[in-house]
Amino acid sequence: MGVSLHVALDGFGMVLLLLTFFLGILAVLCSWNEIRERAGFYYFNLLWTLAGISGVFVAMDLFLFYFCWEVMLIPMYLLIILWGDSRRRYAAYKFFLFTQAGSLLMLLSILAVYFIHGQQTGQYTFDYFELLRTTFQPGTAWWIMAGFMIAFTIKLPMVPFHNWLPDAHSEAPTAGSLLLAGLLLKTGAYGIVRFVLPLFPEAAVAISWWAMLFGVTGIIYGAFLAFSQTDIKRLIAYTSVSHMGFVLTGIFSFSEIAMQGVVMQMLTHGLSTGALFVMAGMLKERLHTRDITKMGGLWTSMPAMGGAAILFTMASSGLPLLGNFIAELFILLGTFTVNVMFSVLASVGLVLSALYGLRLLQRVFMGAIVVTNPVRDLSTREMLIMAALSVSIVALGLYPQPVIDTVHHLSFTLQPLLHE
Amino acid sequence: MSDLQLLSLLPFMVLAVASVVVILLIAFRGSHTVIQVTGFIMMCLVVLATWYVKDTLPRLVPPLFIVDGQAALFTGLIIFSVLVVGLLSYIYFEEREENPKEYYILLFLATLGGAILTISQHFISFFIGLELLSVSLYALIAYLRTRNHAVEAGMKYLVLAAISSAFLLFGMALIYMETGTMTFPGIAEKLTDGISSPLFLFGTGAMIVAIGFKLGLVPFHLWIADVYQGSPSPVTAFIATTSKIGAFSVLLRFAQTVNLHAYPLMITVFSVIAIASMIMGNVLALRQQNLKRLLAYSSIAHFGYLLVAFLPGSKAGTEATIFYLAAYSVTLLAAFGVIVLLSTGNEEADRIENYQGLIWRKPVLGTILTIALFSLAGIPLTAGFLAKFMVLSAGVQQSLWPLLIVLVLTSVIGLYYYLRIISTLFATADRPVNIPGPRHPFFYFSTYAALVVLAGALCWLGIFPGMVLQGIRSFLLLH
Repeated sequence: MGVSLHVALDGFGMVLLLLTFFLGILAVLCSWNEIRERAGFYYFNLLWTLAGISGVFVAMDLFLFYFCWEVMLIPMYLLIILWGDSRRRYAAYKFFLFTQAGSLLMLLSILAVYFIHGQQTGQYTFDYFELLRTTFQPGTAWWIMAGFMIAFTIKLPMVPFHNWLPDAHSEAPTAGSLLLAGLLLKTGAYGIVRFVLPLFPEAAVAISWWAMLFGVTGIIYGAFLAFSQTDIKRLIAYTSVSHMGFVLTGIFSFSEIAMQGVVMQMLTHGLSTGALFVMAGMLKERLHTRDITKMGGLWTSMPAMGGAAILFTMASSGLPLLGNFIAELFILLGTFTVNVMFSVLASVGLVLSALYGLRLLQRVFMGAIVVTNPVRDLSTREMLIMAALSVSIVALGLYPQPVIDTVHHLSFTLQPLLHE
Repeated sequence: MSDLQLLSLLPFMVLAVASVVVILLIAFRGSHTVIQVTGFIMMCLVVLATWYVKDTLPRLVPPLFIVDGQAALFTGLIIFSVLVVGLLSYIYFEEREENPKEYYILLFLATLGGAILTISQHFISFFIGLELLSVSLYALIAYLRTRNHAVEAGMKYLVLAAISSAFLLFGMALIYMETGTMTFPGIAEKLTDGISSPLFLFGTGAMIVAIGFKLGLVPFHLWIADVYQGSPSPVTAFIATTSKIGAFSVLLRFAQTVNLHAYPLMITVFSVIAIASMIMGNVLALRQQNLKRLLAYSSIAHFGYLLVAFLPGSKAGTEATIFYLAAYSVTLLAAFGVIVLLSTGNEEADRIENYQGLIWRKPVLGTILTIALFSLAGIPLTAGFLAKFMVLSAGVQQSLWPLLIVLVLTSVIGLYYYLRIISTLFATADRPVNIPGPRHPFFYFSTYAALVVLAGALCWLGIFPGMVLQGIRSFLLLH
C-alpha cells in the first residue's frame, strides 16, 4: 500500500522531542503521590501517550503520522476518564469527539493526497518527501488543506474549535493537563508547519489573512475568558487559548523571525503553562478545590510555591528575562512587517495577559487568609519539579540562541511561501 | 455434470451432510455434547474441503452455480463465523432448559442457505438459498419461545421477511419478463443489446428492497433492533454475520455480473440508502441502553459504510468490502462471545449497566470487549480501523466526496456511543454483579480461548494486514 516506517528528525522535531521527554519526566514526578489507584495502568497510559506524541514528531510517512496521531488519543482519553475530576466523563467525550472529528477529516485529506500523487507519478506512497513533489489544482488544494487545517486547528486550538480544551484541561489529572497543555497542543502547531505549509503553499498563502485573524481573535478572546474564570485550571486553560493564538498568527505571517518566535513560544508555553498546571494540581492536592475564591493568602503558609507562582505568571504574561518574552516579541516583530493592525491587536493581548496573571496571583497567594488549616509548602520532589522548570524558562529567556540555531532550517519551509 | 464440477461443490455437500448427520444423531439420542463436537468437526471438514478444492477453482456449474475465488472467500467467512457461533451456542443453550439439539439442524441449514447464496448465479439458486436461510432463521430467532421478546422477534422477522421475499420474486419476474433469462450472465448479455429498460430497473429496485431488508439497511431496517434483542445471543451473532455476508455476497455478484454500476439511477439509489443508513444507524444507536439493540443500530451504520466501498464497483472496492466484512465479523463475534459468557440461565447480559466495571472484575473479558468496541469505532491498531481505512480509500479513489464526508461525520457520532460503553466498562463497579462461574469447564474455557484468539486476530489484522490482504487478492484473481 506504500506505507513505510519512515522516521526522521530535524532541528524542529528535535526541539519538540526534547520538550516531550522533559515534560514526560516531570509528568511522572508529579503523579508520584496523586495516583493511588491502578497505578500500573495509569503509567501505561502515560507512557503510551508520550510514545504517540514522540511518534508524531518523527513520523515522515503520512500514514504513520496519522497512526501516531491517533495513538496519543486513546490513552489520553483513558487518563481523563479514569483519573479525572468530577465532570470527567463529559470532558473526556468532548475531547475525544472533537479530536476524532478533525483527524478523520485529515485522514480523508491524506488519502486524497495519496491518490493524487499516485495518479501523477504512478507511484502510490505515503512517504512525506515523495508527496512534497505533488502538484495540486488550486481548488483541490484548498479543500485538501482544509481537512488538514481542521484537524490541526482543533488540536491547537483555534478559537471556534477551542471548546473542548477548558473541559479536558480542568478535568484531567495533573500529569494529564501537563501533557495536554505542554505537548498535545504543540502537535497541532507542528502539523501546520510540517505538513500544511510545505504541501500546500499557495492555499496557505490564500488563507493566511484569515488564519491570522482567527489567531488574533484567539489571543484576545482567550485572555478575556481567562480573566473571568474562577476555576484555577480553567483559567490556565484559557491562557493556553490565548498563547496558541500567538502561534497561529506567527505561523501565518510567514516571516522568518516570527517562525523562530513560534518555536520559542511552543517551548516556553509548554514550560510555563505546564508549571502552572502542576501548581494547580499541587493546590488541589492540598486544598481539595480548584476554586480560586476559596483560596487566598496562601503566601504565608507556602512562600516557596508563591515564589514559583510569581515567576511563572510573569513568564505567562511575557515579561523580559523569561523565555515567553523572546517568543512573543519575535512573533510581534514578524507580524508587524506583514500586517500592522494584527500586530497591534496581538500586543493588546499581552496587556490582557498581565491582567489575568495578576488576578490569579492576587486571589490565590495574596490578600486575606481564607484557608485556616495549615497547608504544607513544597516537598523536595515538588521543589525539584519547580526548579527544573524555572531553570529552563530563565535559561531560554537569557540565551535562546541555541534553539534559534537549531530551527534555522525552517526558513527553507518559508521560502516558497514568500515567493507566492 | 462432470467430476470436476461435482468436486467444486464438495464443501457445500459436506455442509448439507452436516445437518443430516445431526438429524441422525438426534434419532440415535446423541447428547448435546456429542452433537456439538460432531458439528464442530463437520464444519472443520467444510473448511478442509474448501481448501482441497481451492486449486480447481474457478469452476462454472451451469446454470445454477459458479464456484470462484470470491465465493470461496465468502464461504470461508461464513463457515468461520458458524464455527464460532456453534461454540458459543453450547454454553448458552446448556444453561437453559430447552432442548437445544434441533437448534443445530437449523443452524447448519441456515449456513447452507448462506453458502449457496455466495455461489449462486441464477435466480432459482438465489431464491432457494435466501429462503433456506430465512426459513431456518424464523425458527432460530424464536427458538427460546418461552422467553420475553422471542416470539415477537420471530413473528416480526417472519412477516417482514415474507414481504421481502415477495418483493424479490416480483423483481425477478419483472427482469425475467424483460430479458427472458434467469441466469446473471444471460441477463447481462441481453442488457448489452439495448439501453436500460424501466422494467429491468424496476425489477432490480424490487430486488434491492429484499436485499436491503436482509442487510438491515435504511429504510428496511425496522425489524433489526427487536430481532437482535429478542433472539438468543448466538443467533443474533449469526444474523449479524453469516446471514448478512450471504446476502451481501449475492448482491455483489449480481452487481458485478450485470454491471449495475453503469446505471446512474442505481448509483443514486445506493448512495441514498448508504447515506440514510449511516445517519439513521448512528443516530438511533445514541440513546440505547441495551447492548444488543445498540449493536443492531450500529450494524445498520456499518452496512452503510460497507456500501460506500461497494459503490465504486472497482477492484479496490471489492477488496475493501471483503476485508471489511471479515473485520466486522471477527469483531462482532468477539463482542457477542462476551455477551454469551456473561449471560446466566435466566438473564441475558444485554443491559449496559451489567457491564459496569467489567474491566476490573473480569479483566480478560473486559479487554476483549474493549478491543471489539475500539474496532467497531475504527480506532487504529484494530482491524476496524484498517477496514474503514480501505473503505475510505476506495471511496477517495472514485471521488465519492459527499458519501465520504457523511461517513466521517457519522462515525464521529458513532464514537460517542462506543465511548459510552467503554467508559462504563472502565467505571468503578458500584454494586457487585454475580457472574456465572464455569459450569461446563471444558466448553467454558474453549470459548474463552476462542474469544482471546478473536481479540488477538483483531489486533493482528489491525497491525499486519498484509498477509490477509494478499490472501484476499489472490483469491479474487480466481474468477
